[in-house]
Amino acid sequence: MESVGDLERDLEGMREYYSQGKTKEASWRKSQLKGLLTLLKEKEEDIFKALKQDLGKHHVEAFRDEIGTLTKSLNNALGSLKEWMSGRKAILPKIAVLSTAEIVPEPLGLVLIFSSWNYPFGLSLEPLIGAIAAGNTVVLKLSELAPACASLLANTIPNFVDNKAVKVFQGGPTVAEQLLQQKWDKIFFTGSARTGRLVLSAAAKHLTPVTLELGGKCPAVVDSLSSSFDRKAAVKRIVVGKYGACAGQACIAIDYILAERKNISTLVEMMKVIIKEMFGGNPIESHSIARIINKQHFLRLKNLLEDPNVKASIVYGGSLDEDHLFIEPTILVDPPLEAAIMTEEIFGPLLPIISLEKIEDSIQFLNSRPKPLAIYCFTKNKSLERRMISETSSGGVVFNDAIIQYAADSLPFGGVGESGVGRYHGKFSFDTFSHEKAITRRSFLTDFWFRYPPWNAHKWQLLECAYNSDYLGLLLVILGLKKPRRGSYQPAYSH
Amino acid sequence: MKNISIELLWHCSAGSAGVNRAFPYRFTRKSNQTRLSFPNLPRTSYRLKSCSATLSLMVEMEENPKFDADKAASLVKELRKNFNSGRTRSYEWRVSQLKSIEKMVEEKEREITEALHKDLSKPAFEAYISEISQVKSSCKSALKELSGWMIPEKVKTSLTTYPSSAEIVSEPLGVVLVISTWNFPFSLSLDPVIGAISAGNAVVLKPSEISPATSLLLSKLVEEYLDKSAIRVVEGAVDETTSLLEQKWDKILYTGSARVGRIVMAAAAKHLTPVTLELGGKCPAVVDSNIDLQVAVRRIIAGKWALNSGQVCIGVDYIITTKDLAPKLINSLKYELEQFFGKDPLQSKDMSRIVSSSQFARLVKMLDEDKVSDKVVFGGQRDESQLRIAPAILLDVPEDSQIMQEEIFGPLMPILTVENLEDSFEVINSKPKPLAAYLFTNDEQLKKDFVQKISSGGMLINDTILHVAVDGLPFGGVGESGMGAYHGKFSFDAFSHKKAVLYRSFTGDASVRYPPYTPGKQRLLKALISGNIISIILALIGWSKD
Repeated sequence: MESVGDLERDLEGMREYYSQGKTKEASWRKSQLKGLLTLLKEKEEDIFKALKQDLGKHHVEAFRDEIGTLTKSLNNALGSLKEWMSGRKAILPKIAVLSTAEIVPEPLGLVLIFSSWNYPFGLSLEPLIGAIAAGNTVVLKLSELAPACASLLANTIPNFVDNKAVKVFQGGPTVAEQLLQQKWDKIFFTGSARTGRLVLSAAAKHLTPVTLELGGKCPAVVDSLSSSFDRKAAVKRIVVGKYGACAGQACIAIDYILAERKNISTLVEMMKVIIKEMFGGNPIESHSIARIINKQHFLRLKNLLEDPNVKASIVYGGSLDEDHLFIEPTILVDPPLEAAIMTEEIFGPLLPIISLEKIEDSIQFLNSRPKPLAIYCFTKNKSLERRMISETSSGGVVFNDAIIQYAADSLPFGGVGESGVGRYHGKFSFDTFSHEKAITRRSFLTDFWFRYPPWNAHKWQLLECAYNSDYLGLLLVILGLKKPRRGSYQPAYSH
Repeated sequence: MKNISIELLWHCSAGSAGVNRAFPYRFTRKSNQTRLSFPNLPRTSYRLKSCSATLSLMVEMEENPKFDADKAASLVKELRKNFNSGRTRSYEWRVSQLKSIEKMVEEKEREITEALHKDLSKPAFEAYISEISQVKSSCKSALKELSGWMIPEKVKTSLTTYPSSAEIVSEPLGVVLVISTWNFPFSLSLDPVIGAISAGNAVVLKPSEISPATSLLLSKLVEEYLDKSAIRVVEGAVDETTSLLEQKWDKILYTGSARVGRIVMAAAAKHLTPVTLELGGKCPAVVDSNIDLQVAVRRIIAGKWALNSGQVCIGVDYIITTKDLAPKLINSLKYELEQFFGKDPLQSKDMSRIVSSSQFARLVKMLDEDKVSDKVVFGGQRDESQLRIAPAILLDVPEDSQIMQEEIFGPLMPILTVENLEDSFEVINSKPKPLAAYLFTNDEQLKKDFVQKISSGGMLINDTILHVAVDGLPFGGVGESGMGAYHGKFSFDAFSHKKAVLYRSFTGDASVRYPPYTPGKQRLLKALISGNIISIILALIGWSKD
């Protein structure tokens, strides 16, 4: 990292570049987005390698969750940019003749993005797409915990996009702190709630708006499903929504399952079969499941299992390979609710199943805990579906699937309460990095005399008609055909 | 909190140090004073920016138990319990509360007008236009539109999640806090509350202690007309606000100064609470020469002196015009001001007074600054006993004077002159982003450049203030002038969480999503993501170009 003085000079330069107006041009934005597309295409192999090195991610998983999703987002942004950039008209009351109003999006200026290590490409470039599409200059701070990916991005991004407008920083907390001391026009942060609070406090000093993409314990509520086809589909989606999503190291990965007691043994048996089908008898050999990011996180997960009551609840898996930072897909049934595994976000391949008497009890269970980023609900019961939407709160709800909402451009992606502030993806990314400027244009021609003092009862009556959109009344008062009802009304006070 | 009494206004600002004047409203004796301190904030930020709930200390009557952090905590707990019971979520509850507000405004118009007169000598007509009718029309439009706002928005889904359907559901955030201010103490309190109720939240309103009559009236009326189990008013000043801010809220909407805005945001950070900050700033009006000058001047006056004596966050703060036009503009302003407020504006009943003696002192200090006092070309007479200042026009005050560095928030209007009107862009851009920017011109290119090159919360071409009354437009700032927006549907959105809901069926599963990963699956994924049907078919039947 450069010195603080250098950093300030750099940012000064970026602000200067922004003020020249280049980044506001549609053509500039397009060419940057195209640059990112080329980057993904040309550096695909390098990206696979870096992800393998940092996280042991299989390259098909990497394509599905990072390169592929990003390509889709870039194409979507390129195709929609013109529409996003054009303002939209607002409706005016009739009294405002010869006026027009519109809402015009404008870039915020110089923005800061903090990304995370679990999807080092996806979570860096997805917000970057929004920031560039909205016409901002951007500083991207990568996570030091995925060093191979960070160095690849830091070295390649400047070659594919305008390096006067986009700068990439690597480094740890010291760098983050230095960056947070600067004044930004927006901060976009992906990470933990704890760091999120620090970011928000730092932003308060400069009145900087913040989007926080945090996590939380995302539950999967699994109802009794009568058809075996549905059951199998559900279990496959659950297994891939946990172990297949960076080994559970994803903010929207399934954290735990809620199911009725009577269904649990079947559920566990099916999961065992599917896990074997997908990851093989010896998952560490199959390379189709990611490893834990680093020793610290490995030990954190190991600790979660250390509690004797938790250990006793393991019904499948549970073997840990510290040398390879690998944890086998693990299923637990009814670990104690006050144990760390049920109070903290797990962020790893451990999946507790909590048994309930009735599936409807899940609503109260969820409401007594912080709001998660996502709730997954596997059900065909319409009434449960309705209740899940209206009686619980979460960033989003997905019925009968998991994780897949990440790829839906038309849906806002973001949390509420402990799971975050603000939203992005698709047009929402563009909006997140834009200010919606309200613009009204008036002509000099119509000017109602009753807008101006000195005030009298007649003017008041006219104003009242105008505000009530009572145009007939307005006309009558003007023509002197309607008596002002407020003639005698003057508040009883004196100066 | 019925017996709140407000006496000693005690500003935490360097600008008004030493100006401790008794506020002649229900004076009682004082007890312990404590200074609000926020150790994280540098002391240098102690500069009074107005549009504000100015910090002051209040003194409690002994028999009146203090609203402290414990009280605040139990209030929030109670409201949260009631929110969790689901009562505020129903359409019927929201409508009934909005109707009650409508009824309250209808029935208590006289009391409201009188309270506003006590606090600000606000002319009854002005009170009607900018406060009462504003609240009425917000209620009316919310009642009309609410059922539409509440309907989940269906959105298209793409091939990547096929087959599926999706919608965005607006859900209430929970228990929210609205902190309002003194310049439009009625509408700036109830407008956000209308939004919070429309969205189905439980809400606590903290009106400003600087406008005590309105604050007291609001607390009385809200209790009388609205559902006590979910809508409350807490009166008070710094201590009460601090106690409230220590609690966990699901949203805070604050109207006031950038300085206090920072404090609110820092407090919110502890609980990850989203905030909407409605701040102010120096809103410029750029005046071109090719226009109907009389109309422009009348509209400028309407957006400065005829609106709460310039104590408005979107009031015209200063004018930029060309050297040639300045004398004509000044003459026209003088003439129209006399038409509106008479020969002795200090006696005019059509102009509000300054809210408090400390605000009065702040404005006088600005006007009396050495390099500024000789720039006054019109008006500026004052009557300290009545807290009145006559409309003042100043020509070419230096850029480094206090009047050009701070938001004026009063009836003083500096006019800056430039060679070319385009030079005004640089003047405006050298300052923090304002809440509103005004331009008077018939030059289409200039309009275009203005919209392109100036960043501000909102913009109005050829008029002032009116954009606030347009429900279809978001009202809110950017940068130093605030974050977030409200009014109309935007108020509803400001107090809602947009929940993404995706529905999938169990059929239509592509095996490519699942391990074990094979080269064939990768090809198909690529094809699916590119959306190219031919490639998808080729990949499915096992042929591929790669």
